[in-house]
Amino acid sequence: MNGDPRDFAAHEAALLDERRLDDWLALFAEDGHYWVPLLGAAQADPFSHNSLAYEDRLLLQLRVDRLKNPRAHSQHPASHSQHVLQPSRIEHESAGEVRLRTPFIYIEARGESQVLLAGTARHHLVRASRGWSIREKRIDLLDAARALPAIQLFI
Amino acid sequence: MTSYRHHPERIAALVQDDRVHRDLYLSDEIFALEQEHLFANTWVYLGHASQVSEPGDFVTQDVAGRPLLMVRQPDGAVHVMYNRCAHKGTQLVTDECGNTGRFFRCPYHAWTYKLDGAPLGLPLKNGYEGTQLKACESGQGLSVVKHVKVYRDFVFVRLSDSGPSFEDYFGEVLGAIDNMVDRSPEGKLTVGGGVLRNIVHCNWKMYLENINDTVHPMSTHESATKAAEALWEGRAPTDPKPMAMEQMLPFGSGYEFFDKMGGRVFANGHSVLGVNFSIHSNYAQLPEYEAAMRAAHGEERAAEILQRSPQNSVFYPSLSVKGSPQAIRVIRPLAANRTLIEAWSFRATGAPALLFERVMSYNRLVFSPMSVVAHDDVHLFESIQQGLRAGGNEWVSLHRNYDPAELAQETITTNGTNELLMRNQFRAWAKSMAAGMEAAA
Ligand code: FES
Ligand SMILES: [Fe+2]
Repeated sequence: MNGDPRDFAAHEAALLDERRLDDWLALFAEDGHYWVPLLGAAQADPFSHNSLAYEDRLLLQLRVDRLKNPRAHSQHPASHSQHVLQPSRIEHESAGEVRLRTPFIYIEARGESQVLLAGTARHHLVRASRGWSIREKRIDLLDAARALPAIQLFI
Repeated sequence: MTSYRHHPERIAALVQDDRVHRDLYLSDEIFALEQEHLFANTWVYLGHASQVSEPGDFVTQDVAGRPLLMVRQPDGAVHVMYNRCAHKGTQLVTDECGNTGRFFRCPYHAWTYKLDGAPLGLPLKNGYEGTQLKACESGQGLSVVKHVKVYRDFVFVRLSDSGPSFEDYFGEVLGAIDNMVDRSPEGKLTVGGGVLRNIVHCNWKMYLENINDTVHPMSTHESATKAAEALWEGRAPTDPKPMAMEQMLPFGSGYEFFDKMGGRVFANGHSVLGVNFSIHSNYAQLPEYEAAMRAAHGEERAAEILQRSPQNSVFYPSLSVKGSPQAIRVIRPLAANRTLIEAWSFRATGAPALLFERVMSYNRLVFSPMSVVAHDDVHLFESIQQGLRAGGNEWVSLHRNYDPAELAQETITTNGTNELLMRNQFRAWAKSMAAGMEAAA
């Protein structure tokens, strides 16, 4: 992924939907974070208010490893995801950094049930030797604070 | 399915000494009767007074299917009213929370009410002259919930006029709220960081039972704990443990750990799990905070507060408290097969920011809809809800460590894996259902 950063979000989502989770995790910078604020777009930081998820690489690795364990009971049957993305827009660009904004619909299906979420993904990317890496993937859900069923994969 | 409405003896028969019948979890009629009786004549947690800090602040919350309104009064008191206009029943406010100013104004025909629910005014007043309005319910303003108890800022309601007093109902288990509040050197907690809300497709009692289930972590949480252990393996003991690891790793403790942590049951279904220690006992020490606690509470009391960190204290039927890490879960039943679970975090006034970071991290990892730990629990609760529909065995076993002598005692201290903590909930369930039905008869 060395080319147009606007292609990044679609590439990243495809890895998730294909369940290539190790490849996905490798996209994160060492200090990268995955963040789903509880106040959605209105939230300023992950410390003064709680989040649905706020994870560094260690925790993301834990999630990925857990999903691979045959005794991850909640994955019988397994969940599948589909990201439907609008084209990414560049919010900000400077030397070696770019911020993308990508509105999406996310569907997580498992057995007879489906969870449907909508929102905007905001990627803060930094230029690394192998292309872009994720310093932060922030997901601003529409009405993030509402009562939700289990969301098991990665939005 | 059997009809229960006019058959209290059939309801009583669902709870045996060492097992319970599946209809407790499956029957819509039982659920309706619980809403009418059990949740009306017990003390149910409504919310925290810090959610309504200024006069005119309100919070709306359904309890047992009834829409309620908690409001801070001009004199500082917290009142609870039914969220129903005295005219035709419009909800006065439909936001989850907010500030109404000095009065409530119904959005439909603009009747107004003082913050305590007393009638204030209505348009086209003269059309009511000579009518019975003033004398009937509609002229009296909002209906008030009479039995409200604000205990150290935790607001509970009892909707029914009959039933035990707050102190009689909870008794000793109130010490679990004291412990959490006293973790603030100033004796004050405020809700912080918002609430994580989960919809779980299972009966509420199943969730509450699991709060006292220490036999499941080894098998249920294996995927999460094995992943955590593998990631942490090989680190030097001196390596600073990230907070998430500090919180995740103890879930992998063995049967012996959970057995030895001990449990205690009280009358009316309440319990404390982890009377000796718990998965929260070994969080990093904070010397400055401990000094502040000693200054505030004295050496002895400070040590007592800080050493006590039970796994869960259950305020039957709706609240579960974790003194450390200052979290509560509220169980809000929606249907026989659907339950809303809320996880709230508290800031302790005068305590370091790290404590708040700790509770937010814990709630995120363990109680968020995107939790790493809870997916396996939730899947299994939903699986039980389906599995119980199977033919053949209609009973759920609660035999572990059953001892007939327990029937004669109210407060019992026991091993941490004893299913007594669950049997105790169901005995209280049968008692509260029966009390409500007698009162209704
Ligand atoms: S219903 Fe409230 S004023 Fe008519
Ligand atoms: Fe569990």
